[in-house]
Amino acid sequence: MAQSQTEDLTLSSAWSGGASPYAMVSKKLGMWLFIVSDSLTFSALLVAYSYVRVANQDWPKPFEWASILGASIMTFCLLSSSLTMVMAVAAAQRLERKKAVVWLLATVLGGLLFILLHAREWIGLIHEGVTPFANPWGVPLFGAAFFTLTGLHMTHVTVGVLYLVVIAWGFGSARFKPEDVEVSGLYWHFVDLVWMFIFPMVYLLSAKTVA
Amino acid sequence: MTEAVHVEPVVHQAPQGFIRKYIFSLDHKVIGIQYYLLALFSVMVGMLLSVLMRFNLAWPGTEVPILETLFPVGAPGGIMTPEFYLSLMTMHGTIMVFFVLTTAPQSGFGNYFLPLQIGAPDMAFPTLNMLSFWITFVSLLVLLAAFVVTGGAPISGWTGYPPLSALGEIAGPGLGTGQTLWVASIALFCVASLLGALNFITTTIDLRTKGMSMMRLPLTVWAWFVTAILALLAFGVLLAAGVLLLLDRVVGTSFFIPAGLVVSDQMINHKGGSPLLWQHLFWFFGHPEVYIAILPGMGVTSQILSTFARKPIFGYRAMAYAIMAIGLVSFIVWGHHMFLSGMSPYSAMVFSLTTTAVAVPSAIKTFNWLGTLWGGRVRFTTAMLFAIGFVSLFVTGGVSGLFLNQPSVDIYLHDTYFVVAHFHMIMGVAAIFGIFAATYYWFPKMFARHLSERLGKIHFWITFVGVYSIFMPMHFLGVMGNPRRYAEFTAFEFLADVVPIHEFISIAAFVTIGAQLLFAVNFFWSIARGKIAEINPWSATTLEWTVPSPPPHDNFGGRAPVVHRGPYEYSVPGASRDFILQSEPEMKVVHQ
Ligand code: HEM
Ligand SMILES: [Cu+2]
Repeated sequence: MAQSQTEDLTLSSAWSGGASPYAMVSKKLGMWLFIVSDSLTFSALLVAYSYVRVANQDWPKPFEWASILGASIMTFCLLSSSLTMVMAVAAAQRLERKKAVVWLLATVLGGLLFILLHAREWIGLIHEGVTPFANPWGVPLFGAAFFTLTGLHMTHVTVGVLYLVVIAWGFGSARFKPEDVEVSGLYWHFVDLVWMFIFPMVYLLSAKTVA
Repeated sequence: MTEAVHVEPVVHQAPQGFIRKYIFSLDHKVIGIQYYLLALFSVMVGMLLSVLMRFNLAWPGTEVPILETLFPVGAPGGIMTPEFYLSLMTMHGTIMVFFVLTTAPQSGFGNYFLPLQIGAPDMAFPTLNMLSFWITFVSLLVLLAAFVVTGGAPISGWTGYPPLSALGEIAGPGLGTGQTLWVASIALFCVASLLGALNFITTTIDLRTKGMSMMRLPLTVWAWFVTAILALLAFGVLLAAGVLLLLDRVVGTSFFIPAGLVVSDQMINHKGGSPLLWQHLFWFFGHPEVYIAILPGMGVTSQILSTFARKPIFGYRAMAYAIMAIGLVSFIVWGHHMFLSGMSPYSAMVFSLTTTAVAVPSAIKTFNWLGTLWGGRVRFTTAMLFAIGFVSLFVTGGVSGLFLNQPSVDIYLHDTYFVVAHFHMIMGVAAIFGIFAATYYWFPKMFARHLSERLGKIHFWITFVGVYSIFMPMHFLGVMGNPRRYAEFTAFEFLADVVPIHEFISIAAFVTIGAQLLFAVNFFWSIARGKIAEINPWSATTLEWTVPSPPPHDNFGGRAPVVHRGPYEYSVPGASRDFILQSEPEMKVVHQ
């Protein structure tokens, strides 16, 4: 509206309306807010985990170095996928669609590797007799907390992989804008960040100590 | 001003067809009304349950044949069992807190009027908005289904404390399928509320029209905005708690079940969990939740007091900051619900202090409301009466809160009727008064007709006197040691004296609930036959009063209004009228 653009307003900061502060598109702000609320959910679960862990003296510490190594490799996959995500967003912003799609698919690959390794670990643990209500080493809650936390996280990674595939397809075919890639990047980095809490709290703190 | 004449073509095409228009509508106004009607239905169910409860409390053991027909298990021979009473209580609380107090003021009126008041064509994410409503709807159905499954509705209260809520059928009727449905319903409600909150926040930040700076927002918008922030943070935590409880019930984990529990003479095969963990997670959500229920009412009250006192709101900035302060502090007080759960006296002292701190911004709000009324040319419309009633109830309920937040006093008062009185006054009835005030105030905008003022005033006075008659005596019951969550008191000698008080309360409750029929009649009659309303019948200043009633599909006809001033410019010296619309440009007005 031409008239209102020339309007002299006493308040003319970004907060005075008519323009979004941070010049942020609503989708991006929406994703940030989703991340805030989802991180509250994860925080609550991590607090719950810490609470029951502290409350039980016989909390098991079963992870041998091989498990820790496995989890470290998983961590490596996720971290690398964050890096490729950064590249994807950068390429998208330069409107190099082909490159962006390749980087996105590399990110998807990192996520898939993580899921595969994680599934392998789960199956191994289940074979050792770890379930949500029992395990060979101590308090049954160990399994419950482990599967709940990593399970919810893995669900997020899986959703993320699907999300990125859709974005790669849509951006490659020029249906989506660079912002859409960026917004999906926010989600992906957040999922990685959550893992950076789970890895030390669930794995490293439960590494087998040599008695 | 040019933009008043210059009409650009409408950008959004209004949807055609009944389903797209009224059922799966993306229009925030339709969704707002959907939420409102959902709350209206819920409040009727909730009231019906309270009638049954009040009947049993005053005249326990009376045969009511119809009860047996409806609930052969819950009321064999027409006499309700104590467990059935508890299931009524649980459903009453859950329906009222979630589907009435969280739904109508925020999702209902917020949806309808937030975009209008900030000059936006719709919410930021219309599809998410529709999704939030339909998830809420499914959540309500899931909850109500608990009435008809085997075992009936759960008996663990609206707070769903484990171990009772975690063990399943063995712990009592309704704790099998009924309780599982309850948890599922709450989890769904969390998801819906989170989506709604995200939408409200984004809309308020991004979609304000030109000139609508944060410090020009109507206080209603401030309240909805801060409420949405509280919801975004609080419901995420309840969701986590709900997931864990569901796992305990369905998968067999024991997050909330301690070792060595013997229930119904059976050893429970769980160990390691902690019921206290639930209390922490629940109340971390629960206390902000009480503010989620009440803040929109505060916003509406400010709006209405200013409109009908024909004065600017007293201390606009202080009001906005007080809302933020209340929101912030509400996250560090949850322990005051757990003074008797075995916490260290030092933690209790800290929680007591933070809770007392909430009284400061609350008092600021109260004094500013009184300051707004002071010396105003008050018009006692029904909306105004309900807004003043809100202030009265908020003060009464707040004062009893100051007793409860002393840990040493709470040792005695906890889980007595004193607490029932406190939270009904401040959360239940005050928020309901906020809803009524908003309904009488905005009805002309929503339906282009007025509610009958005459019926409205009768409705107000019966309700006002009624709720005080119901809830004031409960303070005394509490002081007499009358415990809450009991189906009857006949077995206790020391409670012989409370019976007549309960009878009085029940009669007052029946009269008050009966008077709500007046409102229902007024509401539906006025939609069809009420007096035709003008665009701005109250001579109010905010943007929703500049558009036709009901507002067209995209609110402002495809043009964004421009805002030139704050929201409460009433009786400005030198102005030609006693109100200046927010969209009126700087002109003949001489500013002080
Ligand atoms: C000055 C402000 C307030 C203070 C000092 C205060 C204090 C308290 C305390 C200490 C309790 C726990 C009592 C017990 O269980 O033994 C309590 C319960 C409660 N309060 Fe408040 N409160 C205040 C404001 C509010 C507001 C504004 C609301 C709602 C809008 C509210 C709603 C409730 C509810 C629902 C409960 C009972 C929950 C239950 O156990 O079922 N309170 N309050
Ligand atoms: Cu509280």
